[in-house]
Amino acid sequence: MELNENIAGNPPFPGIIHETPGGGIVVSTFDSVINWARSNSLWPLSFATSCCGIEMMSTASAKYDFSRFGFEVARASPRQADVIIIAGTIVNKMAPVLKRLYDQMADPKYVIAMGACAISGGPFFYNTYSVVKGADHVIPVDVYIPGCPPRPEALLHSLISLQEKIKMGMTRDQIRQEFKTS
Amino acid sequence: MTNEAIKEYITAKAPTATYDETGEWLNILVESTHFKSLATILNGQPMQMNFLFCLTCVDYTTHLTMVYHMTATKDRNMNIVIKTNLDRANPIIETVSDIWRTAEFHEREVFEMFGVQFANHPDLRRLILEEETAIAVDETKEAVVETKGYWPLRKDFEDPINMIKL
Repeated sequence: MELNENIAGNPPFPGIIHETPGGGIVVSTFDSVINWARSNSLWPLSFATSCCGIEMMSTASAKYDFSRFGFEVARASPRQADVIIIAGTIVNKMAPVLKRLYDQMADPKYVIAMGACAISGGPFFYNTYSVVKGADHVIPVDVYIPGCPPRPEALLHSLISLQEKIKMGMTRDQIRQEFKTS
Repeated sequence: MTNEAIKEYITAKAPTATYDETGEWLNILVESTHFKSLATILNGQPMQMNFLFCLTCVDYTTHLTMVYHMTATKDRNMNIVIKTNLDRANPIIETVSDIWRTAEFHEREVFEMFGVQFANHPDLRRLILEEETAIAVDETKEAVVETKGYWPLRKDFEDPINMIKL
């Protein structure tokens, strides 16, 4: 609930600025500054298994241009990527590949399930021997976008939602890390 | 070669063949025992059907039907469809991968989807699916891994792990 309210307005830089003569002092916490910095530079993995990939390409190109929000360059290697957008159906043969890609990504890592197929197996071929009924059977998902396929605006919304979630330290990966250290 | 000429030529080689011209192309239904020799003849002179552009199978629940679409690169207007009915319990047919090399993978796909056995095929394995596939859950809730009988495109196919029976 709180997350949704925050999406409406992008929260400002986390911290308090004390104005002093000749400059200023910023008072903040490391965690929130790091999360703020990370959320503004998220590199997606170029990973698309079906038609949602076309919408993702559209979102990446000039008209919608997700680099405006820090999703600068789609990386072809999971080792350089921060976020994986699951754009399309995951079939049983793809599931171990997806798991491996996720495991190869460096921490912190985030997952967006784009479209009906990635959420639940899809509107077409869900009752089939070959389809995984939702990518969250394989890897943990932070943000779900409904649609078949979702419009580029919806993908942008989900990317911004992910940024908000990271700033709040509420992604699955961040929560897991927190439990690991404490 | 016109359809009439093709029919005359094939009837001379395989007298039991029946024809259907209601579709776009000439359909020829032959006995599975005559099929291989007919395919060899079609590939040779004078028809030179050297391009097998589709090989598939249909499950009519009473029987399986193999469907072969072919044409000749010297005359691309000449397309014919050869069909052969197979026994559903024991579907077996001679391979054509020695005539048209492309049939090698197509036959492997038909094998994995319908379980048709292609005699003398050089490497008859499943093409895309895993060799071992979980097919049922027994009383102990353990998945039973089985390959035999896992033919997904058969009409009576059931997969209680991945599918809801409708």
